[in-house]
Amino acid sequence: MRELEYPFDSEYILKKSKKIKRELLQGGTDLLTKKIAVLGGSTTHDIIRILELFLLNRGIQPVFYESEYAQYWQDVMFDNPQLTQFRPDLIYIHTSNRNITAYPSIEDTPQRTDELLEEQFEHFRVMWEKIADTYDCPVIQNNFEYPFYRILGNQDAVYRQGRISFINRLNEKFYQYAAEHDNFYINDINYLSAAYGLDRWADPAYWHMYKYAMCMQAIPEFSYNLSNIIKAVFGKNRKSLVVDLDNTLWGGVIGDDGVENIEIGQETSMGQVYAEFQSYLKSQKDIGVMLNVASKNEYENAIAGLNHPGGILRPEDFILIKADWEPKSGNIAAIADALNILPDSLVFVDDNPAEREIVGTQVPGVAVPEIGTPEQYIRVLDHAGFFEVTNLSEDDRKRNEMYKANIERKRQQQNFGDYREYLLSLQMKGTIKPFEAIYMSRIAQLTNKSNQFNLTTRRYTQSDIERFAADDLYITRYGRLEDKFGDNGVVSVVIGRKDEREKALHIELWLMSCRVLKRDMEYAMMDSIVQACISCGIHTIYGYYYPTAKNVMVKEFYAVMGFTKTGEKDDGSTEWRFDIVDYENKNTVIEVVK
Amino acid sequence: MGKMSREEVYEKLNEVFRDVFDDEDITVTDTTTADDIEEWDSLEHINLLAAVEQEFGMKFNMGQVVSMKNVGEMVDIIMAQI
Repeated sequence: MRELEYPFDSEYILKKSKKIKRELLQGGTDLLTKKIAVLGGSTTHDIIRILELFLLNRGIQPVFYESEYAQYWQDVMFDNPQLTQFRPDLIYIHTSNRNITAYPSIEDTPQRTDELLEEQFEHFRVMWEKIADTYDCPVIQNNFEYPFYRILGNQDAVYRQGRISFINRLNEKFYQYAAEHDNFYINDINYLSAAYGLDRWADPAYWHMYKYAMCMQAIPEFSYNLSNIIKAVFGKNRKSLVVDLDNTLWGGVIGDDGVENIEIGQETSMGQVYAEFQSYLKSQKDIGVMLNVASKNEYENAIAGLNHPGGILRPEDFILIKADWEPKSGNIAAIADALNILPDSLVFVDDNPAEREIVGTQVPGVAVPEIGTPEQYIRVLDHAGFFEVTNLSEDDRKRNEMYKANIERKRQQQNFGDYREYLLSLQMKGTIKPFEAIYMSRIAQLTNKSNQFNLTTRRYTQSDIERFAADDLYITRYGRLEDKFGDNGVVSVVIGRKDEREKALHIELWLMSCRVLKRDMEYAMMDSIVQACISCGIHTIYGYYYPTAKNVMVKEFYAVMGFTKTGEKDDGSTEWRFDIVDYENKNTVIEVVK
Repeated sequence: MGKMSREEVYEKLNEVFRDVFDDEDITVTDTTTADDIEEWDSLEHINLLAAVEQEFGMKFNMGQVVSMKNVGEMVDIIMAQI
């Protein structure tokens, strides 16, 4: 919904929230239901009210648990039965500097300030540990914003008795904890309040009258920022940028003005603005965002512009460069198709409102932010949080290379008459093994991100994954695939539950990343599962397909694997059976390491 | 925004109430209080005041918020500031 896309009108959202919610719920799209516990150190009513809108807009239907006023610590530490029964999928701790109880006073010695710091940190640490033991779910924790006054003035950050100093040091300890613990994320309200304007943010009237940690008007920006983390945790980040060229990556129209006259580089102030934007995009690429171009231009001109000496981005930074005179909507759909991702993973960046409008209406799902004028591009894209980082995995950073290699494979494929011959030419090497510690985070990430090749679309947290790995009742397999063009990383996951009595295996999850479609990896996974069954005396495998809006591609997957359909329900879900008799390996093109 | 009559203030104020409570049938008067509108609880009150402030480009100070007894008094405060 346009009203909820960044940059949005906060006052409008606050005032019209009921109407907006009504409209969102009429949408009837596929929503992912998640139970979110909001444990507050101050009033959370309106934070939840607005957060719900942003989550709904991003395909998440939240069910909330809200702690009684300022009971965040007690709820966790004394096992509030309502909270334990709620079984949250995510816990959010909404604390602020109003919850700091151990501030030093001016007469304290430096050593005493250290003790107070430790004491304050321990208050939180024991709670986080308790959450980890009891709930086993992702945690989002606010850091602390600065107070709105400074007893020691500009030296408040220098002397350890100062509150600014205390908050800086406490925050640092929070960050260290976050860095050392998976599934623990900081909601950076210190940054947010600075960006908003601390004096407005901290309006004391809202604290003293209503016990709000911030002013009402800041709540939409606050809740939006929080929704960025939540959607990222639940695998709803976007993946790729598609950018226009003229007046987006440089100033001017290269076809009319000529490459020597476009504005990019250090010579003019406008050129500097575009260079900074290019440098921002290059950094996005470094964190795993895939870059593509959709521009109405001659291809040669596009390349010449990207090779301009004043520019930062180069043609090789992009996976696909679509520069022609076709409608952009078609080119963008083609980009999604070539990358094997859905349009709702794309963000389209174009200075021209008319182009944005066409793409927004013709290719549903694509984000088309209103990026404003060139000096605003970075702020709008950055604060929009499309690519919110939760884990900076090796895989994310290499993503551009992997997708580029994919495009190269497709190109080669066209030179082979026989598909099997082509697959053999890729010299594929697979690793298929039970879940291993180093891949737990990637495996959890895949269960939350994979929508298309996913038979049951069950979402798991990293702790769920670790539990399956440790449980003898389960057979788990991850699959990695390398070939001569590069390493695809972990691309497939299967989880099966043993039924000892019936000597059977129920496949609870089978998914594969679309980046390795049609590479026979699914056959190699099947072989591995069957071998595992044979070695523990299991003769029957049951498969299940649960339809969603996105997984129609695997509707007949089990038939292809040789299963027999044994049941079908009205909602389209199906059950399948496979009897292991004289099994012969199905994969003949991937060399598998077990 | 120039001087508005009390009637004009009420016209705008009714719009704010209708938006906030998502109810097109609301009409408020001098004597309306939170007891007259079902959804008007202490939490919605905060949201309502913020919306009124935005609509009229004014601000209630803490003392006014604490002592305000009905819509009539709210309108008095609004009229004194616009």
